[in-house]
Amino acid sequence: MNERPNLNQAGFGNLAPAPKGLLARGDTSGRIRVVGRSVSVFYGEKQALIDVNIDILDKSVTAFIGPSGCGKSTFLRCLNRMNDFIDAARVTGSVEIDGVNIYDPEIDPVQLRARVGMVFQKPNPFPKSIYDNVAYGPRIHGLARTKSDMDEIVITSLEKAGLYKEVKDRILEAGTGLSGGQQQRLCIARAIAVNPEVILMDEPCSALDPIATARIEELIDELRQNFCIVIVTHSMQQAARVSQRTAFFHLGTLVEEGETSEIFTNPRQSRTQDYITGRFG
Amino acid sequence: MFIYVLAAILALTLSGYVIGQRRSLKLAGGEARSLHSRPGYYGAYVAAWVGIPSLILVLIWLLFQGPVIDALLLASLPDEKTANLSSAQVSLLISEIKQVSRGNIFGQPDQAILDAGVRYQNWRLIASWSMLTAAISLCLAGLVINRARIAPAFRARQRVEGVMTGFMIACSIAAILTTVGIVLSLLIEALRFFSLVSPLDFLFGLRWEPQIAMRADQSLGSGAFGAIPVFLGTLEIALFAMLVAIPIGLFTAIYLTEYAHPKFRAVIKPVVEILAGIPTVVYGFFAILIVAPAFKNFMNSIGIDAAPNSAFVAGAVMGIMIIPFISSLSDDAITAVPRSLRDGSYALGATQAETIMQILLPAALPGIMGGVLLAVSRAIGETMIVVMAAGIIATLTLNPLEPVTTVTVQIVTLLIGDTEFDSPKTLAAFALGLVLFTVTLCLNVIALRIVQKYRERYD
Repeated sequence: MNERPNLNQAGFGNLAPAPKGLLARGDTSGRIRVVGRSVSVFYGEKQALIDVNIDILDKSVTAFIGPSGCGKSTFLRCLNRMNDFIDAARVTGSVEIDGVNIYDPEIDPVQLRARVGMVFQKPNPFPKSIYDNVAYGPRIHGLARTKSDMDEIVITSLEKAGLYKEVKDRILEAGTGLSGGQQQRLCIARAIAVNPEVILMDEPCSALDPIATARIEELIDELRQNFCIVIVTHSMQQAARVSQRTAFFHLGTLVEEGETSEIFTNPRQSRTQDYITGRFG
Repeated sequence: MFIYVLAAILALTLSGYVIGQRRSLKLAGGEARSLHSRPGYYGAYVAAWVGIPSLILVLIWLLFQGPVIDALLLASLPDEKTANLSSAQVSLLISEIKQVSRGNIFGQPDQAILDAGVRYQNWRLIASWSMLTAAISLCLAGLVINRARIAPAFRARQRVEGVMTGFMIACSIAAILTTVGIVLSLLIEALRFFSLVSPLDFLFGLRWEPQIAMRADQSLGSGAFGAIPVFLGTLEIALFAMLVAIPIGLFTAIYLTEYAHPKFRAVIKPVVEILAGIPTVVYGFFAILIVAPAFKNFMNSIGIDAAPNSAFVAGAVMGIMIIPFISSLSDDAITAVPRSLRDGSYALGATQAETIMQILLPAALPGIMGGVLLAVSRAIGETMIVVMAAGIIATLTLNPLEPVTTVTVQIVTLLIGDTEFDSPKTLAAFALGLVLFTVTLCLNVIALRIVQKYRERYD
């Protein structure tokens, strides 16, 4: 926890954030950031996720693939405790981020979610201006003392999300007036504005056209240098393109997890092979 | 007779439908697909031409039959009977003739009246029968002509849809015409009032004493029509009502949508909505028998003197009545905010309270404003609670513990009992109504503007 890199000091204020950000996080590269142990999720009587064990590395993109209903989104939502909002959902096992179990009763899920950002399947900008969308999180968490600090956070976040150039002349107009791809990048800017350690993406491109998708994929690749990113995707090409590690889920279990190149060229499990070659799913 | 005419038109219309449908099928050789439109449309087309023109004819006929017969009756009377009569005496004469023709003879009517009564009876009979004949012949003409127009290529569906569109336009115009009529009647009567009392005195006068003297030398004989106290009372009571209703209604809605267990919500929501279904006179009882004495005792116990009818009690009870308007509409508006916005806010580490304050309420604001507006106009227009709980004497005061009165209450008291429609006392009711209408109209326009502004920012 105490070695949590402070992107706010390191990255913000510098319009070309990558080198400084890299330096600040250099010591965590390749480190295991998130550890899931025996994670099971029950929706009422039904078990949606069965005994998942996984290590997720920092500064890399981990893709969760698998057929619909396999539990990959459910597991993703365990990582920032969004499952708490489903009354019938019950999580057992442990999820540790930087060595702290986030299901510990002493952990406040509200604070946790500031450390674990999330981007959703459908772009969901707030019905506010572009500026207020990005400033929403920093305002809540008191990340900016002055107006100019806030301006800087907003502009840097928009730049990191590759949106600043397109919106700089209408930053006070409604975020809902942007195109779908721009809205999704706004949501990414909003998530990184609170300076999270982990960013979860739940099929972030499924509502976008191919060009907007390509733009987001590039962005994910850039963000990898500063964040630990977990992405759920239905597109195996996307998983192959953007991720360094891939986890294949099937029927609520984690079938196989490893280097993306390994999973796609030389899977150990026959079920993984069948899925990635399109024999089912 | 009118019923028989209607029944005849209805029967002919139905048979027009059947005839049109059969005819189209026969022309198509039983093969409905070779027709331009489905057979039902041909039936409906013929039926429309059979029914609608003769219905219109009957309505116009009924509109003119009475006045035309009256004019004929008057003309048929000997000149010495009708000379030098005022319009009131003429209508008296005509109703006497009508009474005689029904057999209600009072006293000794003279021969001319008796003859006229017989004539009236005959003319009515003739008029009825000719109406029936005219209506039926129009129906039959429509039937024959339009049956002949049916052909497989005839575009019956477009014609029928045109008729339906016309019907819908007529319906929407009816609402507009009614509004225009109400405004005009208010305006005309109010103008009569303003010819008796200066508009400046009415709008800016500080005394409201609309009693008109029975005798010329009575004190306060002229009456005073300064509407300021009345409007002040209305605004005061509406303000208290909103002070009670907006917080309670809004927090009820927030609790029910965001915090309450679904089972609890399923019970509480309908129970809250029952409040809107209680007759206002019951709220009046409640205010005057329970709330007012309790409030007075409470105020006395802390050493403040309160009148038994106070603006505060009336406003508060009215506020309870309009809670459901606000809670129900706010509830709908908050529920309609998409789940994804909540998720987005929570995922950024916002608490439930922050999400409600900063995401849900702004997004739901147009709906909430709608509920508040409805509640305000309800509060301004409410009569019964105020009559019972606040009183009818117009006091110029802002003290919530004093009795006040409202516009609606004054309108009621001005029009109750024996009224003459040319005294300023009665006409004042129309002027009050006109001002009330203008005020609520302005409120609505302002609120619509606000809602639109927010829509631009938040959608």
